[in-house]
Amino acid sequence: MSQNLYFTKEHEQVRTALRDFVNKRINPFVDEWEEKGAAPLHALFKEMGELGFLGIRYDEQYGGEGLDYWYETVMLEEIARAHCGGVPMAIAVQTNMATPAIAEFGSEYLKEKYLRAAIRGEMVGAIAVTEPDAGSDVAALRTFARKEGDVYVLNGSKTYITNGTQADFLTLLARTSEAPGYHSFSLFVVPTDLPGFKISKKLDKLGMRSSDTAELYFDDLRIPVENLIGQEGEGFIYQMRQFQHERFSALPICYIGAEEMIRETVAYIKGRIVFGKPLITKQVLRHRLVDWLSGIECLRQLTYHIVRLKMAGQDATREISMGKLVGGRLLNQVADGCLQMHGGMGFMNEMRVSRFFRDARLIAIGAGASEVMSDIIAKLEGF
Amino acid sequence: MEILVLLKQVPATESLIAIANDRVSIKPDGLKYVMNPYDELAVEEALRIRESQGGTVTILSVGPAKAAEAIRTGLAMGADKGILIDPGNLTCDGLATAKLLAAAIKPMTYDIIIAGHRAVDDDNFQVATALAELLGIPNISMVVKQTLADGKIRCLCTVEGGTKEVEATLPALIATQRGLNDPRYASLPGIMKAKKKPLETRSIADLGLDAAGLQPLVTIKALKMPVERKGGRVIEGDSVAVKVAALVKALHEEAKVI
Ligand SMILES: Cc1cc2nc3c(=O)[nH]c(=O)nc-3n(C[C@H](O)[C@H](O)[C@H](O)COP(=O)(O)OP(=O)(O)OC[C@H]3O[C@@H](n4cnc5c(N)ncnc54)[C@H](O)[C@@H]3O)c2cc1C
Repeated sequence: MSQNLYFTKEHEQVRTALRDFVNKRINPFVDEWEEKGAAPLHALFKEMGELGFLGIRYDEQYGGEGLDYWYETVMLEEIARAHCGGVPMAIAVQTNMATPAIAEFGSEYLKEKYLRAAIRGEMVGAIAVTEPDAGSDVAALRTFARKEGDVYVLNGSKTYITNGTQADFLTLLARTSEAPGYHSFSLFVVPTDLPGFKISKKLDKLGMRSSDTAELYFDDLRIPVENLIGQEGEGFIYQMRQFQHERFSALPICYIGAEEMIRETVAYIKGRIVFGKPLITKQVLRHRLVDWLSGIECLRQLTYHIVRLKMAGQDATREISMGKLVGGRLLNQVADGCLQMHGGMGFMNEMRVSRFFRDARLIAIGAGASEVMSDIIAKLEGF
Repeated sequence: MEILVLLKQVPATESLIAIANDRVSIKPDGLKYVMNPYDELAVEEALRIRESQGGTVTILSVGPAKAAEAIRTGLAMGADKGILIDPGNLTCDGLATAKLLAAAIKPMTYDIIIAGHRAVDDDNFQVATALAELLGIPNISMVVKQTLADGKIRCLCTVEGGTKEVEATLPALIATQRGLNDPRYASLPGIMKAKKKPLETRSIADLGLDAAGLQPLVTIKALKMPVERKGGRVIEGDSVAVKVAALVKALHEEAKVI
């Protein structure tokens, strides 16, 4: 068990409340939601919103709790204990991907209308950046918002959008100019009840099956100008900032998920007799488990270091990118290794480890692939 | 409406319980403690009464300093204040616990006291009944529904195979049964607000009692774990007929069920 230096009694109370919620209101339904290919986000978020779980870090003025990054970390750590990756991802989209830019750069109107509703769980949010021809290279995106009087007319498409079939609004990055460079993009809050919004497809996936993923299509969708976040032309910069919250949310999901899987695996191989002895007695397996636990502890402490940097108001892009890089690798290593220790049983869909193995794969791809993290770090290192 | 809730902190039912070396207590290491589940129902019912009738909800608990955590959870759910009665190194049986609570409650004004019908650790079923007796107020147990009107409380209670409806005059004590309500979760704002709510601790001396009058009438002599279930036996044989014959013989001669 990791020793605690940072969390107070109040943090622990919040942790207990969240754990209780995950155990009673999420875990019993995970199998059903995985089967269905979606969790009922409106009902789930409403419940979480009422308990104050969706606005931990946000201003009390908009219904948030006004708490610090440590409380947010507690929340992310505890949702990561859900028995799947899909539901934690859906929640993190709401709290760490679709709303940070509205809170940081949005107008009073946007905060009152969308941030407040997202915090209360009355609206489901999604983040819409990726396009069929622009993933790692965000600046290659083609979706265009053309200003016409008091609206921006949106045309284009987005893909792999988490919560995409259920979202009430998208925090969407579009071009507002054809000029080269990073000042040709703007970030919008796009309500999905406007004419011209279409869900072209619900996508079928390897893992994260309890999370719905959609391909979206915009045909002359008229976004009111007041739904522009911050300044026109600054969207790319805002989104790069927002990505830091998104990527940060992946770190607790990595170390808690990996830790949980090791705990399950240890329990399994303690009981599994092979060649007359419990598997756990094999030194090669014990050492492998310990190697992973050591990696997990490093990632956890890097995460806590990032929290301290953020609390001190310092930029943590370098450390967050490193955490995402290391975390994606670690999670996949642990998922693969734990499945191996389960033998044939690990390959059976009834086992949590097989779901974990499928879900883990996304962490090294989504929110910026590992190679993209490496590029960012290299650039920051000056080479 | 002045509502008092009795609450006990107990080991979580999912905890792995081991008997300590003294053989009369359980090992405290690694145990996770929670509010007694029947007391969660009591807190919830108290909050609902307050929401419909107004008033205050005060939680009382007898236990060590650690039990304050369970009171805080009740405060986070929405109760107004808490009183922890710390008996120090006195081991309380059901009656001693009731005497401590009675001493704390006597000077207070109250309309209704809500308790769990039992605590899931000791399974004594005693405190609520003993307390009502000491206070000289009506006691209704196994309550699955209650309504308040005109200074009276009317309750639906479970009895073997059905329910009964009973009525008593306030002040009264009621004890909860599963099905009474669905307890709310402690919300994040609730947890933050609970920090500032009053929670006082009282000792036996503060209550004007002394340990001599609280000595347990019942003492635990030994704790035993349930006998481990033996593994099954596979009946071997060359053919179905042989196996069936062996099974019938085993059921008749060993298990003596046929
Ligand atoms: C389940 C799921 C949910 C998602 N949810 C969302 C969402 O809600 N919103 C959203 O906007 N997007 C979402 N995405 C999209 C995700 O962010 C992208 O898939 C990811 O950024 C990679 O982009 P791409 O798929 O276009 O891969 P590509 O850009 O085509 O890259 C393919 C591969 O090339 C490699 N590569 C990329 N760049 C480099 C480089 N510079 N050097 C070396 N190798 C490189 C990487 O290994 C990468 O995986 C989701 C994706 C999935 C699968």
